[in-house]
Parts: sequence; structure tokens; C-alpha cells
Amino acid sequence: MTEDSRLKRDVAVIGVGQTKFGEHWSQSMREMAVEAGVKAVEDAGISGHDIQMIIGGNMSSGMFTGQEHSSALLADYLGLNPIPAIRTEAACSSGALAMRVGILAIASGMYDFVAVGGVEKMTDIYGPQATTALSGAMDYDTEAYFGATFPGIYALMAQRHMHQYKTTREQLAMVAVKNHENGFLNPVAQYRKKITVGDVLASPMVADPLRLLDCSPITDGAATVILASADMAKKYTDTPVYVKATAQASDTLSLFSRRDITTLDATVEAARRAYSQAKLTPKDIDMAEVHDCFTIAEICAYEDLGFAKKGEGGKLMQSGQTTLGGKIPINTSGGLKSKGHPVGATGIAQIIEIVKQLRGDAGKRQVNGAEIGMTHNVGGSGATAVVHILSRNR
Amino acid sequence: MAGITGYGFYVPMWRIKSKDIAVVWGSNEERLKNLVGEKAVAGMDEDTATMAVEASRRAILMAGIDPEKIGAVYIGSESHPYIVKSTSSIVAEAIGATPEMMAADLEFACKAGTAGIQMAMGLIDSGRINYGLAIGSDTAQGRPGDELEFTAASGAAAYILGKTNTIADIEDTYSFTTDTPDFWRREGEDFPRHGGRFTGSPAYFNHVLSATRGLLKKMGRTIDDYDHFVFHQPNAKFPLAAGKILGVPKEKMEGGLMVPLIGNTYSAASLLGLASVLDDAKPGEKILVTSFGSGAGSDSFSIVVNDEIENRRIPFKIKEMIKNKKYLDYSMYVKFRRKLKGVEE
Amino acid sequence: MVKEFAVPFHWRKFKERYQFIGSKCGHCGEHFYPKREICPKCRRTGKMEHVQFSGIGKVYSYTIIRTPPEGFKAYVPYVIAIVELEEGTKVLSQVVDCKPEDVTIGMDLHMCFRKIRSEHDSGLVLYGFKFKPVK
Repeated sequence: MTEDSRLKRDVAVIGVGQTKFGEHWSQSMREMAVEAGVKAVEDAGISGHDIQMIIGGNMSSGMFTGQEHSSALLADYLGLNPIPAIRTEAACSSGALAMRVGILAIASGMYDFVAVGGVEKMTDIYGPQATTALSGAMDYDTEAYFGATFPGIYALMAQRHMHQYKTTREQLAMVAVKNHENGFLNPVAQYRKKITVGDVLASPMVADPLRLLDCSPITDGAATVILASADMAKKYTDTPVYVKATAQASDTLSLFSRRDITTLDATVEAARRAYSQAKLTPKDIDMAEVHDCFTIAEICAYEDLGFAKKGEGGKLMQSGQTTLGGKIPINTSGGLKSKGHPVGATGIAQIIEIVKQLRGDAGKRQVNGAEIGMTHNVGGSGATAVVHILSRNR
Repeated sequence: MAGITGYGFYVPMWRIKSKDIAVVWGSNEERLKNLVGEKAVAGMDEDTATMAVEASRRAILMAGIDPEKIGAVYIGSESHPYIVKSTSSIVAEAIGATPEMMAADLEFACKAGTAGIQMAMGLIDSGRINYGLAIGSDTAQGRPGDELEFTAASGAAAYILGKTNTIADIEDTYSFTTDTPDFWRREGEDFPRHGGRFTGSPAYFNHVLSATRGLLKKMGRTIDDYDHFVFHQPNAKFPLAAGKILGVPKEKMEGGLMVPLIGNTYSAASLLGLASVLDDAKPGEKILVTSFGSGAGSDSFSIVVNDEIENRRIPFKIKEMIKNKKYLDYSMYVKFRRKLKGVEE
Repeated sequence: MVKEFAVPFHWRKFKERYQFIGSKCGHCGEHFYPKREICPKCRRTGKMEHVQFSGIGKVYSYTIIRTPPEGFKAYVPYVIAIVELEEGTKVLSQVVDCKPEDVTIGMDLHMCFRKIRSEHDSGLVLYGFKFKPVK
């Protein structure tokens, strides 16, 4: 197996911006992208002319809006022509992929300022069509063909996790409750409403054992981050946030082909590479934004990122240590569940939450003294996983 | 002389009781007693092709042959999944008989399956093929509230015919065909129409009796020469009445009477009756089978069981298989049989 | 309305879906569904051959789909399961002919040939393998 080498030079985040996440009936995809882009550029205190390349993550603009070639669309409407523009796609991890490509671009030495973003417009088609579009994240020929849905695939993981490790229905529900408590405090979250375990367990069943409130929603939104070479960062902001690691790994597309369906080996491998790059261990991570497309996904993330032993993700949730006031707050933004999940934008929004926290800018959600944060973005049922580690210190 | 080298059957597990249909339409339960007690209903994900594949796979297992050796596949049905596009090729692909083979889909109401047997016999006897697969399979549709809704059922029977290693031999066949429109469906119509009482004497009885008598005369045989009789069974009354007219003792008909248990499986009906008899038949026994297809015609066969049958029985007789059943109420039945308008597929 | 694909998209998969055919690597012996040209373990030293699965397996995990994708509305609620085949490999399909609530992890299954869905009322009928409990 090959290993990651080192970045040739350090990269920092100097600006962030995003739209609220929700159902944006009057905004199109390009309008949301422009809103997020402008906010990020203003936050960075640079001019649009300084940006040398843009990378936009987007899963399925073709199926959602009939529009492919979204890279060209964004460069055009952001007023950035003729700079190079790239679209990255890896289902729900399209956003983190954009971040990764932007980092690699600056680390190569070829570019000093890169804007990385993500956008997804999911409400211009009907519900069943959106479900079909999202099922492109799984193996169409062998999973979607037989009638599997995305919640169905994660439900298969949940059933097995509960069978093998005695993870309970209540522990899964606690993930949703925690994330809603955090989202309540987040001005950009789609749902700012607290819920109880009872609410989760009474919500309609979607795919046994996952209920409606175990599932992240359909959301419109855009998010952008401005990256710069670390040497230049202090010229633009007093609070640059440095990239300590960027890592990615792949696994089988279909769930049934995995080594163990209760473990996302891609997460484990991406995390291993990230910890190795940053020379850190799970104990060094102060907080993380993890991929909670469904409650079970967060439980697995605790284990696969090394915050809990295999099979003990449920126990960690139950212990309360991952709540806002806990030892390792997870998804202080509200996670995908409460903040919303505009697919291509999610990976970038996770970066933005960590950046805000490390800057001390997270308002009521602030985790005091947070120095090192992690983001974890997954594509499909785990065929792609992207992990970043960010730090206040270079 | 062509014979049966293997047979298979498939009956879906769903059932609906006649009384549960009767209650919706205010039908006279007393009158229904002679028709059927309950009938088999295809599941939402089953159709003529899927049932035919299941029945054929069992037949191949019993025949013990490599499916690539099947030289012809004929499937008779009045509920083919497509109006135009063969069912036989779907079945042939699923069982691994493609591509060197002949194939066609057949229609002649409830006798399309036995017509397939005659066609396969011709090809085998003339030496053009070694093995032929003839299938009768239907997911019969009854008009809501009509008498036939009580009996129209789903099922499939498959017969592999050949010259070698047969478990039973077909001594001879005789058919009686006239243009008698007792039951029909025009293109574009969802449900069939029928001639009411005309379906009895001029249709079913004329053809079943004429074909049976014709076969016996041709072979110089009498009713007493046979151990079992299987007639087409649109309900429990008609076959027994035909048997009485011919002087067939009731016991000789019981083995092949499947209709009270699963309803009228149309193209599969007489073939499932035959399967039920073969499940228990002893070497040397003679079976007389007469099918009937509205429109109208009957195919009659004289079959003699040979010793090999004892070596080739496979687990689960049809009467065992149909014990595995679940009942539907009329609302689920109507959904399963796609009688509701506007359901998005 | 289901998005419809043109004929070849489905047609090229008929044999493998109807007859339940996958691959076996002649080098490491592992089985795969769907068929693969390259063995993930052996890569180019692998020798891939077609193999027909017996259709016998057990439930490894399952769920009951209550919110269907397009084309499956008529079948709700239905069970999808990851089935561990006796050849050692796993596959995803539906479990039919039993009450959804009666499905358990470890349940013995054997395969059957069933309709998956139609492409609208006027398009192709799509078939494939499903599993039902062994009685």
C-alpha cells in the first residue's frame, strides 16, 4: 500500500462564508454560490481578483437542475473568468474533496489564493426524484436496482451494529437530540428546534430501525472558504486557521462488498493518514464535525476516527462526552441532521464550523480553548472518506 | 415416442377465499360452494414469466439434463407480460437454454400449455430436437364482481419432453377444435367476457368429451384402461360432471383435481392436475389428460408411467407446496391483481 | 415517474441477473458479485472466470423499506437484505414471501426469480433474483 508524503508548503484558511441552509425557493444554484462566495471574499479581506483558482464541490447539479459544467457556471457568475475552475464530485463528500484539491493546489506552489466551495440545489425536483438522484451515491446496478434507498443502506449498517455490539435505539436517537441542541444555537442551521429521544422514537419509520428524525434532510445551500499559503495568511487575518492534515481514502462502492459493514474502512484509513501527517492522535483532537447523514453514521464515526473503541460508539454518545459541554464536542454546528445537508456544500460547511470555533467566533456554540479540530466527510455509504485536521497554531 | 423426462410446478403462496370475494359483491355463498373454496393469487412481483421460470427450474432438476440441451421452449398463457415481446425468450435466458433453440409464445385460452406439449412432441418424434420444454403459466384476471373472479387464479406447470430417460411416456394425442367463442377478450380490454351458460354444454363439455372419446377410439381403448383422469378444471363441478358422463369412477379423478385448492390456473390447470397425479403415480399406471381452451378446443393425451419415475422424484409434491399459504383480504387482492386505477408503477 | 434508461443499459445485465452469475478469481479463489474484470486482491495476476451462484444463503443484515424510490411504490413495505451466500460472498436483494417483521439475521434463504419493477406502464419489465426463506 502506498502512503501520503508531505505538503510542500503550509496552507491556511483566511476567509469563510455561507448561505443559511434550508429550502431556498427563490434562490437558484448560481445565486446561492455567489452569496457564499462574496461573503467569504469579504471575510478574507481580499479582492476577487486575488483568487487564482476556484474549486466547487457539487454532487448532482445535472439531476437536480439539469445543469452540468457547474465549475464554469460558478467562475462565470462569480465574475472570476478567466481563472481555472474545477468541479469535484464524490457524492456527499464533494465539498471536502474541493477543500482537499485546493490545499494540494496551494501546496504545489503554483497558486497562492484559492477559493474552495460547495453548493447543492436540491428542491427544484420532487421528493421521489431527489431520492433517485441521491441513490446515485450507492452502487446503482447492484443496490438501487433492487429497491435500496439511502436510508435503507444505512439502516442495514444500523441493524448489524445493533446486532453485533448491542448499540441501542435510544443511543442512536441521542445523536439526533444532541445535534438539534447544537443547531438550535446556530444561526445558519435549517432546523433550530430542540427534540427529545421520545420525539425521535415516535417519528415515522423510514427504513427499520431508522426513523424520520434519524435522517438528515433535503437542503439547499452554498459555502465557501478562501485558502492561502500559510506564509501570506497573517497579512490578511489575525486569526488564520492552519491545515495540519488533508487525507482521503476509498473503499468498495457497494455496502455488501465491504470487509465489515459496521466499519467504514475508508474513514479509518483517511483518519490514519491524517493523524500521521499531523503527528497527532485522537486524544489530541479537541472537537470534530463528523458526517452524520444518519444517526448511525455518527456512531460509526466515533469508532472509525478513534474516539471510541470498535462497538462502543453508542456508549460514547450515551456518556454525554460528545455534547457541547463534553470532553470532545462533536457536530457543534448541529451536524448534517440539524444544520442541513446540501450535499456538495456540506464538506465546506464542516470546515467553516471548525474555523469559526478555532477563531473563537462561534457565539453561543463556542467550545472554550479549542485549538485543534477535525472534519470528516463521507461519500455514499463509505466509498469515499475525507478527513482534515485544522489548528489555531501553525 | 416422446415422453416426460421431468416436470415442475409453481403456485404462488397468496390465497383469497371465495367467501371473502362473495362478501364484497353480495354473492350467494351457497352457489359458490361448488366452484372453489379458495384460489391462488400471484404476488406483486410475480408474473407469468417468473412463475414459468420457477416451474421450469424444478423440471430441469428432475430431468437431470443440461439446460443447453433444450432445443425448444414453448410457453402458453393468456397473461403474457408483454402483448408483443416473447415470454419464452425471457424464460429460456433465465434457465440457461439460450441461444441454440427454437422458441415461441402460445395462446389458446386454457389449452395453450398442452398445445406446447404437442408441438414439442412433434419436434422430438421427428428427431429435430432432443429435449423440449412446454410450459403453461397464467396470472388469470377476473372481472370484478363477475363469477370468474372467484376462480381465475395464478400458477405454472413445466414439462420437459424427450425420448430418453423418461419417467412417463406419451402414447398418443388427439385434439378436437371448433370455432366456438364461449370466452374471449379483445385487445385493449382489461377483462374477458364470456357466454354465461353457453360455456357449459356447447363449449367445455362438447370439446372435453369429444376429445376424450376421440382419443379412446383412435387407440382402441376404454375408460377402464386408465387409472387416473385429469380434465381441465375451470371449477370443481365441470370436470366431475364430465367424468360422470364418461363413466369415470370418482376416485380416479381425485388425484388430479387441484381446482378446489388453488382455483383455475388457466393454461397451467390441466398440467398442474397431471403433476399432482404424477407425484403419487406408480410405474405402469395409465393417465388420461384432456385440456380445454375456450375458443374452443381440447387436447387429449394418453400417458403411461414407467419405472424410472421412482428414481427421479424430488422433494415437495405439489400438494405439499400449496400448504404454504397466506390469505389476502379483498382490498389487498385488488391491489395485488392491479385492478386499481392510477397506481404509479 | 421513473427515469427511463434505453434498452442496452438493462439488456447487457439480463444473463447475470437472471442466472445469478458472478466471478471467481482462479488465483485466490474469492467469489464476487457483480462480475469483475479485475480481482481487487490479485489485480492482474488474478484469473477471473464466470461462476453461477447456488442461490443459497443467510440474512446478514436487513431493513424494511417504507419510503420507496421511484418505481417501487406498489411494493411498500418490502425487505432489502445483505445476503451472505454459501460461496462466501455477499449480495444485496429483497427478501420476499414472508412478513417483513419475521425476517431475522441468520435466517436461511434460497433465491427465486422475480420481477423487480417496470419502466412505466409502457417500458421494459425488469427481472432479477430475490430471496425467500427456506421452509
